[in-house]
Amino acid sequence: MTEPVIALRGVRAELGSRPVLRGIDLTVHRGEVVALLGANGSGKSTAVRSVIGQVPAAAGEIELFGTPQRRFRDWARVGYVPQRTTAAGGVPATVTEVVSSGRLARTRFGVFRKADREAVRGALELVGLADRAKDAVDALSGGQHQRVLIARALAAGPELLIMDEPMAGVDLVSQEVLAETLRHQVSEGATVLLVLHELGPLEPLIDRAIVLRDGCVLHDGPPPKALGQHALPGHDHVHPHAPAGAEPIRTGLLS
Amino acid sequence: MEILNYAFMQRALLAAVLVGITAPAVGIYLVQRRQALMGDGIGHVAMTGVGLGFLLTWSPVWMATLVSVLGAVFMELVRWYARTRGDIALAMLFYGGMAGGVMFINLAPGGSTTNLSSFLFGSLSTVSESDVTAICLLAAFVVLVTVGLRRQLFAVSQDEEFARVTGLPVRFLNLLTAITAAVTVSVAMRVVGLLLVSALMVVPVAAAQQLTRSFAATFAIAVAIGVSATLGGTVTSYYQDVPPGATIVLLTIATFIALTLLATPLTRRRARALAAAQPGGDPAECAIPAGRKGRDEVGA
Repeated sequence: MTEPVIALRGVRAELGSRPVLRGIDLTVHRGEVVALLGANGSGKSTAVRSVIGQVPAAAGEIELFGTPQRRFRDWARVGYVPQRTTAAGGVPATVTEVVSSGRLARTRFGVFRKADREAVRGALELVGLADRAKDAVDALSGGQHQRVLIARALAAGPELLIMDEPMAGVDLVSQEVLAETLRHQVSEGATVLLVLHELGPLEPLIDRAIVLRDGCVLHDGPPPKALGQHALPGHDHVHPHAPAGAEPIRTGLLS
Repeated sequence: MEILNYAFMQRALLAAVLVGITAPAVGIYLVQRRQALMGDGIGHVAMTGVGLGFLLTWSPVWMATLVSVLGAVFMELVRWYARTRGDIALAMLFYGGMAGGVMFINLAPGGSTTNLSSFLFGSLSTVSESDVTAICLLAAFVVLVTVGLRRQLFAVSQDEEFARVTGLPVRFLNLLTAITAAVTVSVAMRVVGLLLVSALMVVPVAAAQQLTRSFAATFAIAVAIGVSATLGGTVTSYYQDVPPGATIVLLTIATFIALTLLATPLTRRRARALAAAQPGGDPAECAIPAGRKGRDEVGA
């Protein structure tokens, strides 16, 4: 197999003095779509934020495109969608202005050329917001905000997309648009790591799921299939080979 | 225009224009990152600089620049390292700065708190030749940063976390914003005074927002409002013998109120146009069946 796009080995991280990641291994190969799942507080957001250097790793190794993350500078290859409910700031801004921020990584000293403006326009077309380009972001719905944030990440033409709960608080129409956008990116060869609360409409796209629980990797393999009784909300996952008397594993995936 | 015949008024008007441009130009980024009161804090710190200037008989403008830049850098460092107790540290910095100013100016030979008042509230007639040189140089720096780096500063002020992942030097840009704000305080000190500087950074931006949808337009209109207010205030203070700083700030607030009143019907019309433009129509209000509404009213 080719060199991994993202590689985490034995990564530990703390928030305050509370350990949030307790030594996780995580690898994403080129062209893969990997979902990071787990209940609230399982460390999935922290894991993603440690990949991009927002949360410092207390121990372990993190590599991006084969380069140790500390020395990684080629950020135009990475598109990041942070967990946000809004794309707006304290001053009005148009959709184009916000998405243009994502193109800065490809410009020299922030000077925009024709190709840069076209890339911004292209990113807006991908998420179906080209007709809203000149509107203020304040005027958009929650799902449209999320589409703006994704267009911003796509504007630099990244090879790797990292998304933190892109489906949170998104209406059905926008969910479909996001799934279609992602499908397009994957068909063009993009690698994707995304934090999800539930698989939802993205399920058919996902090659592999990594489930975290209390800062440890609980499952790394094909996405868990929710079938029959398992599909019912709030069920407990009981492993028959678990030691007798062990607590049932509550992944919280379906709650 | 007899007003232009006096050298002191020429200097005052030049200083006023430069303040009208620079204060909103920096202020827009502070408002965008929701640090609208940062200018106020820097103004307090700059008082120590003015006091030191008197004590050491150096130019108060340059001394205020030096001290407020140090203060702004300190504030940025506090923001990085002491997130939890940051507000207490900042409070101490602000009040320490104010107390330091009063102390130093009283220690200065022949100095008293009355010397300070022209710096606190602005005093156009005392703008000297060397003050104008300093103001011009400092204003050039502010315009260079706020216009030249507008895309970078916009990105950092809009979403710091995202900006870091695009590889922007976020810490450097934050420091630069803080330093530029500090420099602007020193530029504006002579015209509007340290206690009112922050108003000129924030209010024109807030007023412009009532009309605009884009950042670029907000920037341009805020600067236009800033220049109109500083020029208008300066001229008014010449003819009516009222304090310029207070006149300028009251003018910006009046503009804010006027634009807010003007903008309300404007945004309503815009929302209606948007709803009409959407395919299938997006009703702006819930339609309640007439019969049902009548019944509810009877019940209530």
